[in-house]
Amino acid sequence: METLNGKDIRELLIYIAGKIIENKDYLTELDSAIGDGDHGIGMVVGMENVLEALNNLDKIPDPCTIFVLAGRSMLMSMGGASGVIFGSLFMAGAKAMVPRQELDAADLAELFQRSLEAMQTRGGAQLGDKTMVDALAPAVDAMRKNSESGIHKMLEAAAEAAYEGLEMTKSYHAKQGRAKSLGERSLGHRDAGAASTWIIFRSMAEWVKHQC
Amino acid sequence: MKKIINDPKEVVNETLDGFIAAYADRFERVEAIKGIKIKEPKDKVAFVIGGGSGHEPMFAMFVGDNLADAAACGNIFASPDPNTIIKTALSVERGKGVLFVYGNYSGDNLNFELAVEMLEDMGIPSRTVRVWDDVASAPEDRKTDRRGIAGDVFVIKIGGAATGAGLSLEEAYRITAKARDHTYSIGVALAGATIPGEKKPSFTLPEDEIEFGMGVHGEPGIKRVRLQSADKIVDTLVEKILQDSGIGVQDKVCTLVNGLGSTTLAELYIMNRRLDLLLQQKGIAVHDMEVNSYITCQEMAGASITLFKLDDELQKYFDMPCWSPYYSNHR
Repeated sequence: METLNGKDIRELLIYIAGKIIENKDYLTELDSAIGDGDHGIGMVVGMENVLEALNNLDKIPDPCTIFVLAGRSMLMSMGGASGVIFGSLFMAGAKAMVPRQELDAADLAELFQRSLEAMQTRGGAQLGDKTMVDALAPAVDAMRKNSESGIHKMLEAAAEAAYEGLEMTKSYHAKQGRAKSLGERSLGHRDAGAASTWIIFRSMAEWVKHQC
Repeated sequence: MKKIINDPKEVVNETLDGFIAAYADRFERVEAIKGIKIKEPKDKVAFVIGGGSGHEPMFAMFVGDNLADAAACGNIFASPDPNTIIKTALSVERGKGVLFVYGNYSGDNLNFELAVEMLEDMGIPSRTVRVWDDVASAPEDRKTDRRGIAGDVFVIKIGGAATGAGLSLEEAYRITAKARDHTYSIGVALAGATIPGEKKPSFTLPEDEIEFGMGVHGEPGIKRVRLQSADKIVDTLVEKILQDSGIGVQDKVCTLVNGLGSTTLAELYIMNRRLDLLLQQKGIAVHDMEVNSYITCQEMAGASITLFKLDDELQKYFDMPCWSPYYSNHR
């Protein structure tokens, strides 16, 4: 696949939603260790709203509009910091792009780069603060470095980088986000938001692979 | 932790339903979301408060006459989403804009900020006052990083009075922000709390230890010590507030001793006795003393002390009568 149109992005997002819902217990377990344990439930609520929005489309709009729709569905239903942050992951970058009928690898990399920037401006998290940014920033970096190798290879690299970022969160003291109050007591645990981010990128790579 | 609940997911909904059942003559739910509003909002700037649930009576039960017109409620300890905030605001908006008051937490800041942007896009002018009264949560030069705790009560009292007096959005905002800047709190924690439906508490404290400055969600405080006498605890709390606020001789204050959930009224009054004595000794005039559990954290044990420094303008709005089932002023 060299480009993704609106229909592809819709299916891709539906696949991601299914994978997040499947991993609810895993996310709950991670968040219970160092957060308040509601991340899995929150993500499932958001993704169920994404499914409802995407399964009830009269006609398929352009890919960026689909991303915005999905992000808005999460943002308007989840609450807490996660709702705004994960909603923005899909919405902020897509909103900032010039609308087009198809996205190529470089467009996707740009979209998530812009989302990352918007989220860091809003949420204030830096790399190493033990938040979802620890998985997202390396994933975006890998996308930009691999955008010339095609969508599938780029997303495989992004998923791998997100996983490494997730594993790194075990060695961080939380400075922002769910475990901020625990500080060094959060050592040794993975961040649940980073885990959700990894699942999202891994699911994107998987979905594209299935289409090849 | 044993709790009297049905479905953990329905705790907030069922709390609001039960509240409305008791006060259906004055309040109603905002349709389709977790919001509470007064039945007949007046023709004035809408005053909307909100935040995570689990701190009852704050926020839902601070809706009332010359208090908030509506409250947007999140899940337990989680901010409401922008959809809830916007619909709650629109349910009481009368063409004169919306003033929001909420505690300074990252989730609340993100969601309320977005809601305000969307309201502005709809042509509805909106202003927000974030409450950051907890002097233990960040040093003075990072005041805007401080958390909002029991000081919410005074900021909401003044916001309700200023909007109730028919002031413009800008004027009501100015006075409410001033109230926020005159409010200083610090707490002490004795034991943690459990989210309804969870098996384990989200934070704990050793049986014989207490922590000064611990937040209402278990955020770390400034000092963990062996359990002390009430007088000694109050001395530490008051000293820290006076040091930080500069409140001293010839100043006039309102005070609040606020329980966090399972600390008894008797304990709170024992604290208040010492607070009164200390303020007398320091030559600080007391305009009003409140002792109650207004902003709780489930069954968390502990209490906070808040000093609200008055000037003539703030005193005028503080003295305006107000009513809600859990907080009223009839002086």
